[in-house]
Amino acid sequence: MSVSALISLAFTAMIIENVILTQFLGICPFIGVSKKRSSAVGMGVAVVAVILLAGIITWTLYHYVLSPLKMEYMQTIVFILVIAALVQMVELIIKKMSPTLYKALGIYLPLITTNCAVLGVALLNIRKDFGFAEMIVYSLFIPLGFLLVITIFSMLREKIEMSPVPKAFKGTPIALVVAAILAMIFSRFGGLI
Amino acid sequence: MNQKQNFLKGIFKENPLFVTVLGMCPSLAITTSLENAIGMGIAVFFVLVLSNLIISLITVNPKMKELVKPVRIPVYIVVIATLVTIVEMVLHAYLVDLYNSLGVFIPLIVVNCIILGRAEAFASDNKPLDSVVDGVGMALGYTLALMIISFFRELLGSGLITIWGAKSANPIQLNLIPVFEFIGIEPINMFIKPVGAFLTLGFILAVLAAIANKKATKMASEVKQA
Repeated sequence: MSVSALISLAFTAMIIENVILTQFLGICPFIGVSKKRSSAVGMGVAVVAVILLAGIITWTLYHYVLSPLKMEYMQTIVFILVIAALVQMVELIIKKMSPTLYKALGIYLPLITTNCAVLGVALLNIRKDFGFAEMIVYSLFIPLGFLLVITIFSMLREKIEMSPVPKAFKGTPIALVVAAILAMIFSRFGGLI
Repeated sequence: MNQKQNFLKGIFKENPLFVTVLGMCPSLAITTSLENAIGMGIAVFFVLVLSNLIISLITVNPKMKELVKPVRIPVYIVVIATLVTIVEMVLHAYLVDLYNSLGVFIPLIVVNCIILGRAEAFASDNKPLDSVVDGVGMALGYTLALMIISFFRELLGSGLITIWGAKSANPIQLNLIPVFEFIGIEPINMFIKPVGAFLTLGFILAVLAAIANKKATKMASEVKQA
């Protein structure tokens, strides 16, 4: 695959097919952990690390273990176990290597197991028949798109906290309306490629 | 708590989508047509009822419960993932159109917080029969919520209401485009797009919050009068 094709895939993955705003994966942390910018960025960075690792491991497992054994139907079960174990392992490693980083990211790591973006990207890598290079690009730029959008969104929400919002819209409803406006903006990027 | 309350709480008081706001991803992604919502509802129904049953059967024995406790989340996930794989295979074999339109969201039922949430919060502490009733109530509540969202999205976005078989020769479908033309408006395409998903759910949650607020102030004023 040529470099320009990979760049276009990266742009598509990050902006045009943004994981939150057009594919609706990882909405729970997007709404739940976006009240403060610092925690939103922490969650985003943790998600980038976990999705990239999970993407590489599940892709390799699928193509070198499940596929030769004709056990493709086991992918959902195998992938979710790999992700759950991976998240625990990453948590242990970070705890040992860098306690400061653990303090910043630690509480988000257990939440990531049930973040559907992780399993979603692992499954999409297989469904879209990606080769190794495409898989790396896709598994890196999809979570970078997540990081971008959750950061923008948390900054908007910090402002909204101080605005006079109608009583019924307080909390989740206004957050969803803001997300709708963001989705409208991001859908316009589709014309670029 | 009697069985009736146990069943009804999933639909109204603890509705998984509208009250506890769990399982948001599929509720936004697949609610482009009523048919998808019903299909997703059936899939979740099957997985949730059976996972509640199996998990409560595992934990109904106190000794077994102690044994499973340290590794309970992986155990639950394997049970759920197995059920989801069964659903995926059945849909792929018998309902290919539905399988294609739900896409990656069928295997993603594994990480739907509702199912793991009910396993942890209800099935692991209750008897099998209670857990099944709870699962039926919760799944119906979720299906109902999905149907409400997709009803508004499909109606406003395309002017159609599809109940079954959108791609088959004679679908069960209500075509309201003539009504739209009669009034002199066009369907708003945006509601089928991601924008509409966020907007619709946001407004439904706001309406529900407004109703809850009204009830609360009414109750407060009644208390004052008394």
